[in-house]
Amino acid sequence: MFYRENGQFKTNYKADQQIFPIAQDRWAIAALLLIGFVAVPLLADEYFFKAILIPFVILSMAALGVNILVGYCGQISLGSGAFMAVGAYMAYNTFVRVEGMPLIVALLAGGLSAMALGILFGIPSLRVKGLYLAVATLAAQFFCDWAFARIGWFTNNSSSGSVAVSGLSLLGWDINTPARKYLFCLGLTVLVALLAKNLVRGAIGREWMAIRDMDVAAAVIGIRPMYAKLSAFAVSSFIVGMAGVLWAFVHLGSWEPLAFSIDRSFQLLFIVIIGGLGSIMGSFFGAAFIVVLPIALNQVLPAIGSLVGLTVSTAMISHAEYMIFGALIVWFLIAEPHGLARLWSIGKQKLRLWPFPH
Amino acid sequence: MAFFLETLFGGLMAGMLYALVALGFVLIFKASGVFNFAQGAMVLFAALAMARFSEWIPQWTGLDNKIIANVLAFIVAGLFMLAFAYLVERWVLRHLVNQEGVTLLMATLGITYFLDGLGQTIFGSAVYRIDIGMPKEPVFVMDTVFEGGLLVSKEDLIAALVAACLVMCLSLFFQKTPTGRALRAVADDHQAAQSIGIPLNRMWVIVWFVAGLTALVAGMIWGSKIGVQFSLTTVALKALPVIILGGLTSVPGAIIGGLIIGVGEKLSEIYLGPMIGGGIELWFAYVLALVFLLFRPQGLFGEKIIDRV
Repeated sequence: MFYRENGQFKTNYKADQQIFPIAQDRWAIAALLLIGFVAVPLLADEYFFKAILIPFVILSMAALGVNILVGYCGQISLGSGAFMAVGAYMAYNTFVRVEGMPLIVALLAGGLSAMALGILFGIPSLRVKGLYLAVATLAAQFFCDWAFARIGWFTNNSSSGSVAVSGLSLLGWDINTPARKYLFCLGLTVLVALLAKNLVRGAIGREWMAIRDMDVAAAVIGIRPMYAKLSAFAVSSFIVGMAGVLWAFVHLGSWEPLAFSIDRSFQLLFIVIIGGLGSIMGSFFGAAFIVVLPIALNQVLPAIGSLVGLTVSTAMISHAEYMIFGALIVWFLIAEPHGLARLWSIGKQKLRLWPFPH
Repeated sequence: MAFFLETLFGGLMAGMLYALVALGFVLIFKASGVFNFAQGAMVLFAALAMARFSEWIPQWTGLDNKIIANVLAFIVAGLFMLAFAYLVERWVLRHLVNQEGVTLLMATLGITYFLDGLGQTIFGSAVYRIDIGMPKEPVFVMDTVFEGGLLVSKEDLIAALVAACLVMCLSLFFQKTPTGRALRAVADDHQAAQSIGIPLNRMWVIVWFVAGLTALVAGMIWGSKIGVQFSLTTVALKALPVIILGGLTSVPGAIIGGLIIGVGEKLSEIYLGPMIGGGIELWFAYVLALVFLLFRPQGLFGEKIIDRV
């Protein structure tokens, strides 16, 4: 009844080509942004920021990057954790080694170095496809794990192998409280989401999708596979690298290479698949799901255990968490292989017809 | 020279074990088109079952014979893998027919998480030993050729023998039995196999079971070498470059790829490692596979990849 585009006439190309052509969508997004930027910082407490909101926002950003590569360009990558690590460590080096380096420059430096590595490890994609490529990207993952643990230069020769940053500020605005950290990450993520959305609905996005759907056919109609694939790798790893910087600088504060191990790569791939391959909105859904699920399980399981009179040990809980997480993922893939974004669009479609479905 | 040969032997032995894990990957990929990430978790699960039951069975029944206990434990662990294969087919694969490769890959990752959790819930998460009576003491061979001879672990030799036996049994099973023939037909062409009446679902159960058995043997050997613990799953990740090198669909490829990776890893660690700072075993296999892929995208023995519009 309320969600339909009746009576919204588009009289020029600009109106026709906007990101959200339906007025209700625009209001909903505006409301969401208002909630995200104003209401949430006022209402949330510190635990909520640290455990849920900040990881959610940063992982959404990383998932956007992965989604461009995997969802839009169809190149499966298991090396996202490595790109995050490269971003984090290179930003750390620019930030720490140069006195008075602005945070935003370090952030961009991290993103750009991740991009360089992404292009380098993207080169095999010109020859190798599908699952072969997935294993090839594992090379990036294991190589980076090793490099950051073994080569002293990256960690500024820290003896323990863990590094830390402090005193983050943006143009004189200190990023020191959880609320400010959240706002900083959210602002960047919204920017990246806007960038990603505009890229994928532009010419380059259509090239990526053509390559994803069938690369030989795409090459035949004049799309350069090398340019399309490598640009997808570049954009994707730039975004993932920036997310890595945020994860390390803002979320963790001090970190070691283990923070970006292969589990991180799997986690990002899960987010993208559960959220929906080839969907910007889906990246946010997937990240929310993956961040909230373990916390929810952690709260719910002991409660259930005590309900049936079992004392559940912490080791037991962590094993049960693994099991439920795995089972849920399998169930999810079976129930909705196109991810949460598909549920979202089905819901919107239903809402359009409601309350007269016929 | 003797030292080089010793390293070479060590590499070959390690490679044999990688090949065992890789074999499971290849079997499943051929028959059901699933890139089975859970192979590592299967190795761990099977090894855990084996280790715990060989400990529990004497406790429960009062049997004192180690050989019988081990054989029984092996059978029980095998039954576990059979149940696992059946459930995977029934609850996962059957519902995911015709999905894309990446979705199936993710599903096996889900299975991995589930199996890791399940194994440690049932069997506990400490480090366990599998004692199948393999001799530990090293022997010297070829002492007529080299001064002092070559130091070779007897355990490694037996492990290699077991692995070779397993490969022989598998190839006999695939070449000589009706079931094996049906499996090869399924691997060749799903639809054609189904159209002549081969039950795909049952074939999947069988092939997952066979992969489970290879996982059990691999887990047993690794387990008696380094103990059954969670890090077995990372050892199993090493099987990925092996199958890439050998070709995703080739059984001999898995074996030869395993040997190449094993030898390459050990030799590079000894001769290249000191130059660039040690520990390169971690990634050498992957980079080797990556470089290799640039020249031969389908692996050593894989089917030629042909693009058609």
